[in-house]
Amino acid sequence: MKIVVCVSLVPDSTTKVKIGASGKSIDETGVSFIINPYDEFAVEEAVQLKEKSGGEVIAVSVGTDRSKEAIKKAFQMGADKGILLKSGDADFDSFSVAKNLAETIKELNPDVILFGKQSIDFDGSVVASMTAELLGLPCVNVVTKLELSGNEAIAEREIEGGKEVVKTSLPAVFGAQKGLNNPRYPNLKSIMASKSKPIEEKPFEAKSMTELTGMSLPDSKSSGKIFTDGVQNVPELVRLLREEAKVI
Amino acid sequence: MNKILIVAETKDNIFKSNAFEAVTTGKHMAELLGTGYDVITVTDAPDEHLKTLGKYGASKVFHISLTELNSKSPASGIKYSHSAIASAVSNFANSEGYEIIIISGTAFGKEIAPAISVKTDSAVITDCTRYTVTEGKISMKRPSYAGKCNTNVNYTSGKIVITLRPNVFKAEVSETDSEIVNISPDNLNISAADFKTCVTDVVVSSGKLDVAEADIIVSGGRGLRNPESFKLVEDLAEVLGAATGASRAVVDAGWRPHGEQVGQTGKTVSPSLYVACGISGAIQHLAGMSSSKFIVAINKDKDAPIFQVADYGIVGDVFEILPALTEEIKKIKG
Ligand SMILES: Cc1cc2nc3c(=O)[nH]c(=O)nc-3n(C[C@H](O)[C@H](O)[C@@H](O)COP(=O)(O)OP(=O)(O)OC[C@H]3O[C@@H](n4cnc5c(N)ncnc54)[C@H](O)[C@@H]3O)c2cc1C
Ligand SMILES: Cc1cc2nc3c(=O)[nH]c(=O)nc-3n(C[C@H](O)[C@H](O)[C@H](O)COP(=O)(O)OP(=O)(O)OC[C@H]3O[C@@H](n4cnc5c(N)ncnc54)[C@H](O)[C@@H]3O)c2cc1C
Repeated sequence: MKIVVCVSLVPDSTTKVKIGASGKSIDETGVSFIINPYDEFAVEEAVQLKEKSGGEVIAVSVGTDRSKEAIKKAFQMGADKGILLKSGDADFDSFSVAKNLAETIKELNPDVILFGKQSIDFDGSVVASMTAELLGLPCVNVVTKLELSGNEAIAEREIEGGKEVVKTSLPAVFGAQKGLNNPRYPNLKSIMASKSKPIEEKPFEAKSMTELTGMSLPDSKSSGKIFTDGVQNVPELVRLLREEAKVI
Repeated sequence: MNKILIVAETKDNIFKSNAFEAVTTGKHMAELLGTGYDVITVTDAPDEHLKTLGKYGASKVFHISLTELNSKSPASGIKYSHSAIASAVSNFANSEGYEIIIISGTAFGKEIAPAISVKTDSAVITDCTRYTVTEGKISMKRPSYAGKCNTNVNYTSGKIVITLRPNVFKAEVSETDSEIVNISPDNLNISAADFKTCVTDVVVSSGKLDVAEADIIVSGGRGLRNPESFKLVEDLAEVLGAATGASRAVVDAGWRPHGEQVGQTGKTVSPSLYVACGISGAIQHLAGMSSSKFIVAINKDKDAPIFQVADYGIVGDVFEILPALTEEIKKIKG
């Protein structure tokens, strides 16, 4: 089985966001970058599929040289090969990412394509389904359970207040949600082995349909009314919720 | 010609508030752009129910029967197909030449919006919380980096698909008599190949109100100390008609189900009222709830970061405050 997993490199989730000088991106001073947390579920699923039915796992990322870090993390978890669609520093949008991924995936002709459900930088939640649509393939996103048998897949995906059971044929695209599996911690052996795995570089061409024109920090709240007398403050709190906030 | 198409979602054949929010937003946007708007819905809801969209200003509602659409499926026993619904909406939009498609960013909306954008050659901007119109061009504002900043995004293509973060835009009553126009899937060029994904079952977890849909949420964290004391959280939620939420710490500990987790790796919520009990307010938790309209924090540590985003708070012990709060609210609610 040939499995492609798409990984992005994102600022660590504990990053305190400051706006950069251009006003259109974050200030990266002191920011550490990690593989997108949802993509770890995608890589884990890909590697488990390989362990079950044989085959290979190819990790693909769009970005600058720095994005090789995300591919290397996938290697440590068990991916076999990597492809970097190498961008410059210029801006590109989610559609550009999907368009370029689709072209590469088409050539690879895999059986299963895994994504994270969302990239925690732009939080778009669009690349998986756009890529699938460009390839004419089915897509199920926010997947918490995946079972393949022959040419068919049954996926469970999280919705408000429950889950949907979705049936589809393969090849197909799936977007991983937390709960799908428990991503492994790479051990020393797999870290050593990852060092010799190849990353192929391919050109990337931006084809953006959107343009980011500015970034701003959320309006900071005027400081709240915090009471320090414990349970005695309960009636006052309830009065404020009713009369001032009018929410109860 | 009307440029805006609003997709109104039903759940179990009933419109929820997100559908009305989408209609109101489309109506306002149309006014600012000097154009008109139509609504499309794929559902088995009866005409009387479809007409409730008129209450929010929908004068024309295009209706595709879900049963008729499903009859084109090669498989039987399907409840609905996201891919077929995306095809039906896209084919309709393409034939009528809509330029702006508005969809609520629910689990359903998020699943179909990117596919619709590709099928209609449109850009897609998801999770919008605000928009502006300048010289006939729309610009969207949306949170990024888990709500730690906002980005303004324009589109350079001629057409756009927009999803709205639920519970952010208001639904406003604007009584209109709505005309229901039925469209047959036969006229939408739908074939078996459009049923790429088929939902065969929908499993509702315990029938409880979900955090993603609730107007009030009471959440508990590690400060509750053990799973049993979440009873205090549930009691308060009950008197408020609220959903119960949780921090990741207590979900990971197995005290609460993952569906209740609020935050970066859980759900993003923006209720009118969010009550955080024994939750420290880690940055990943704040990512999921800081856009709530009002935040109440109850924590014994006056320096807990949750107080920095709270509108109201009490420094104190949840084991004393929660029962007192529940009682006090019971009193005023009679
Ligand atoms: C140098 C640079 C400049 C940028 N400029 C802009 C800009 O001007 N405007 C703008 O809107 N965005 C910009 N971005 C953001 C970029 O387009 C997004 O990070 C994009 O990669 C994913 O966006 P998303 O949130 O929609 O992904 P989602 O749809 O949330 O991601 C879902 C999944 O898609 C896959 N995926 C996402 N991104 C990648 C990737 N890069 N490579 C491989 N797989 C991926 C992952 O599996 C991920 O879990 C820029 C990024 C970089 C690195
Ligand atoms: C990649 C990543 C993703 C994450 N995603 C999420 C996410 O989606 N959601 C999330 O919530 N977290 C997430 N986290 C975890 C987050 O960093 C915190 O660890 C977590 O939110 C802490 O949960 P807590 O507030 O319940 O526990 P703690 O931080 O332990 O806080 C407990 C609080 O209870 C208070 N307390 C104790 N006893 C009492 C009492 N008797 N009365 C009143 N107050 C009391 C304490 O003062 C303390 O402030 C993520 C972390 C990472 C690295």
